[in-house]
Amino acid sequence: MQTRLTINGTPHDLDADARTSLLDALRNHLDLTGTKKGCDHGQCGACTVIVNGRRINACLTLACMHDGDEITTIEGLGQPGNLSPLQAAFVKHDGFQCGYCTPGQICSATAMLQEVKDGWPSHVSGNLTGAMDLTDAEIGERMSGNLCRCAAYPNIVDAIRDAAEVKA
Amino acid sequence: MKSFDYIRATDTGHASAEAAEGAVIIAGGTNLLDLMKLEVMTPDALVDITRLDLKQIAATDDGGLRIGTLVTNADLAAHMTVRTDYPMLSQALLAGASGQLRNKATTGGNLLQRTRCYYFYDTATPCNKRAPGTGCAAMEGATRLHAILGGSDQCIATHPSDMAVAMRALDAVVEIEASTGETRHVPLSDFYLLPGDTPQIETVLRRGDLITAVILPAPAQGVQSYTKVRDRASYAFAMVSVAGRIAMDGDRIGQASIAFGGIAPQPWRDADAEAALVGQPATRETFARAADILLADAKPAKDNAFKVPLTRRTLIATLTDLCGKAAS
Repeated sequence: MQTRLTINGTPHDLDADARTSLLDALRNHLDLTGTKKGCDHGQCGACTVIVNGRRINACLTLACMHDGDEITTIEGLGQPGNLSPLQAAFVKHDGFQCGYCTPGQICSATAMLQEVKDGWPSHVSGNLTGAMDLTDAEIGERMSGNLCRCAAYPNIVDAIRDAAEVKA
Repeated sequence: MKSFDYIRATDTGHASAEAAEGAVIIAGGTNLLDLMKLEVMTPDALVDITRLDLKQIAATDDGGLRIGTLVTNADLAAHMTVRTDYPMLSQALLAGASGQLRNKATTGGNLLQRTRCYYFYDTATPCNKRAPGTGCAAMEGATRLHAILGGSDQCIATHPSDMAVAMRALDAVVEIEASTGETRHVPLSDFYLLPGDTPQIETVLRRGDLITAVILPAPAQGVQSYTKVRDRASYAFAMVSVAGRIAMDGDRIGQASIAFGGIAPQPWRDADAEAALVGQPATRETFARAADILLADAKPAKDNAFKVPLTRRTLIATLTDLCGKAAS
């Protein structure tokens, strides 16, 4: 299968079996190993990437279905010396222990903050149409697709809140 | 994962024709690809419909809403008309899955997602749904997720969707295009089939059928909500859920539309329980009588007897809340 993926602004031509997940394409075919494989079943969120502006689980989608799509991975959000606000906030707040879930956490949070900006309600929002504060409960609910086995959750929430405030 | 041919559909006719030849339709893929990894499903071909023009949400001539089959769960939940006129649907969608999955999962795919019965997923165990005639490991197994209503001695799996439960209470209609090119409309009430002796047949869809949209009727009167009870606060399937709409007529209940998730092989609705509410005062006795009717035929399995009182309490709490809001 020939597939053209634009990853972090750079076009890549992939020739892989139709079974190749987007996650395996990134890691095994394109050497972009920042995106992590955790459960490989959409339950842990370690593989979260941003496709055409939306966060998705790269493990639960076929690379060949993304021909022509724009994909942002952790490598595209920032690099050492030029961190994204969320990357910097995770360092500042020690938002990890082993670090394995961190790329997924940061990609997920990056797109999540845009969802908040777009006014999307969540399961814990008091109402569906009014203004909402990005409380710890909102962050927890909106990030429930990203698990951290080290349970660095308090610091992850602090980092996301901090980055959201800086952004606002 | 077994190997398969990948076909990108150019239009709905192409998708239906490939499906009629045996290809499995893929859209969001969040459930299908998981099942293919586990080799619970092993299609020879996939037909990808994600490039088709089925992503619109549009008003219908009679004041309802037509939701294209490829509208994602995230976009549907955030759509302002859904939030204001069909709030139980937004609430149900937001109570389901995770942010990442809602961005991929589609309207048609959500309706067609498969049960999360552990034994359906475990190819080392018998399952009449996965491998008809092999038996049902759930009957003597772990049954916390399983049905208390509508099951058979062949299968007690539950339908896992939250979205479909709200759509059932909203009297949604499924628009289907057949490989002959004909379009037909099936009310969601007639769309799912009970397991009986054929738990592998879950819907009225025929080979080559493509869901093209779900249509909601014009918004009904009253107040509505979706209440979900689960084992953890987020990102878990329902133990019990209640999608409810109540309109008051003076100090009595004028209209009641109530659907349940997590307790049956399909989004569950009981016309007798609803009829027991209409015309009655909004009291705990009225609500308890409706719960008695709903649960009269409940048949819990080994681990899920708790669902009988839990369903009862969740229904009573939901009705108390809705009637209070509808009266004020």
